[in-house]
Amino acid sequence: MSSIPTTEYLKKCTSACPGCSSSLILRYVLKAAGPNTVLVVPACCTSILQGAYPNTSFGVPVYNVAFGSSAAVASGIAAACEFLGKDTNIIVYAGDGGTVDIGIQALSGALERETNFLYICYDNEAYGNTGMQRSGSTPLGAKTTTTPTGKTHLKKDLDRIISAHNIPYMATSCASYPKDIYAKVTKALSIKGPKFMHILAPCPPGWRYSSEKTIELGKLAVKTGVWAMYEREYGKLKLSSPTIAAIRKRTPIEDYINAQERYKNLEPAVLTRIQQSVEYNLLLLERESREEENNEAEERT
Amino acid sequence: MSNQMNRVRLAMSTPRDGACGKTGNWRTFRPVVDKETCNACGICAMYCPDGVIDEEYNIDLIYCKGCGICANECPKQAIIMNREASDE
Repeated sequence: MSSIPTTEYLKKCTSACPGCSSSLILRYVLKAAGPNTVLVVPACCTSILQGAYPNTSFGVPVYNVAFGSSAAVASGIAAACEFLGKDTNIIVYAGDGGTVDIGIQALSGALERETNFLYICYDNEAYGNTGMQRSGSTPLGAKTTTTPTGKTHLKKDLDRIISAHNIPYMATSCASYPKDIYAKVTKALSIKGPKFMHILAPCPPGWRYSSEKTIELGKLAVKTGVWAMYEREYGKLKLSSPTIAAIRKRTPIEDYINAQERYKNLEPAVLTRIQQSVEYNLLLLERESREEENNEAEERT
Repeated sequence: MSNQMNRVRLAMSTPRDGACGKTGNWRTFRPVVDKETCNACGICAMYCPDGVIDEEYNIDLIYCKGCGICANECPKQAIIMNREASDE
C-alpha cells in the first residue's frame, strides 16, 4: 500500500454508478501513469464518467474519439509526441465493445505498426453504456437485453488474438486486485512499444448484483478460474499468483454463477459447457507455463 | 483586443470537483465508521471506487454514493450502512 501514491487524478466525483469497478481501475491506472499522460477514450462508459461540459472530473487530458478509432488516434498522438520529442504516456482506455467488436481492426493495426502506447480494455462483458446489449465479450449463458434467454456463443478469446501479434508486453488483471493493476501498468509503461492490458470489470447493473459485491465477484471470477490473470513479455507467459492458486485448487463455479442475476435459470447443459471451457483454458495456460519452466531448466543445465 | 480576437476557442473542459454534481444525494445507505473497532488497515480506502475515503478514514459524504463496498470488504466490520433517513 505504501508504494502506491496517494495523489488522485480523478476529481470528486465521476458520474459512475455506485459500485462501478471502471472508476476503481482508472484510479489505479492514473496513479501508476502520473500526470504526464494523455487518455484516449472511445464511446464507452468512461466518456460519460467525465461529466458535463465545461467541467470534467478527469485530472489528465482526455481525447473523446469515435468508437472504432481509438487505437488509430493513439497512433497519431504517438507519432506527434515522437516528432516533438515528448515522453508522454499515451493510454487508450476502452470498453469491451470498443475493443473486441468495433475497435479490433484499429487495435490490430496499431499493434502491427508498433505504436508506442498502452491499450487498456476494461471488460464488463456487454455494451454497458447503451443499456447492456450483447457484445463479443459476453460469456456463454449470460442474459443481456439482446439475449434475453442467455447468450448461445462462447466469449471471444481476445487475449490469444492479441498475443498472436507478439507484442512486447500484454497482461490480464481484475478490478478486485488494485495492487496488481498498479504493478502491471507501471511495468507496461516502462517498456517501449505496443502494450495491452485486459481487465475484468464487474458491473452491478449489468451483471445484476447488489453494488457492494463488486470486489467479491471479481475475486470469485479469479478463484473459480473463469478469469485468468497472467502477463506475457515477448510471448513468454508468467501466471499471476491468484491464478496459480486457482489452477491448484478452485472454488466451485456455481458460487460465481449463482451470485449473479444474469445467469438466472441457467440450464445444466450450458453450465457444463461453461465449466468445460474454463477447465480447457486453465489447462492450456498450465501446460504452457510448465513447458516454459522446463525450457528454462534445460537452458540452465 | 486583437490578441483576444485571434485566440482559438476550443471545446475544452476544465477539471473541477463536483463536475458531475454532488453525487452524495444518490445515496440510500450512509456508511458510518466505528473508529474504535477500526484498525486502520486501509482496505476500505483502497477499494473505494471514487476515492472519497481519506487517510484518516473519514468519508466525504458530499460525494459518497453509498455503494457499500467499504462496509462489505472491511475485515473488522467497522463500517456499517445506515438508511439515509435514520437519525444515526
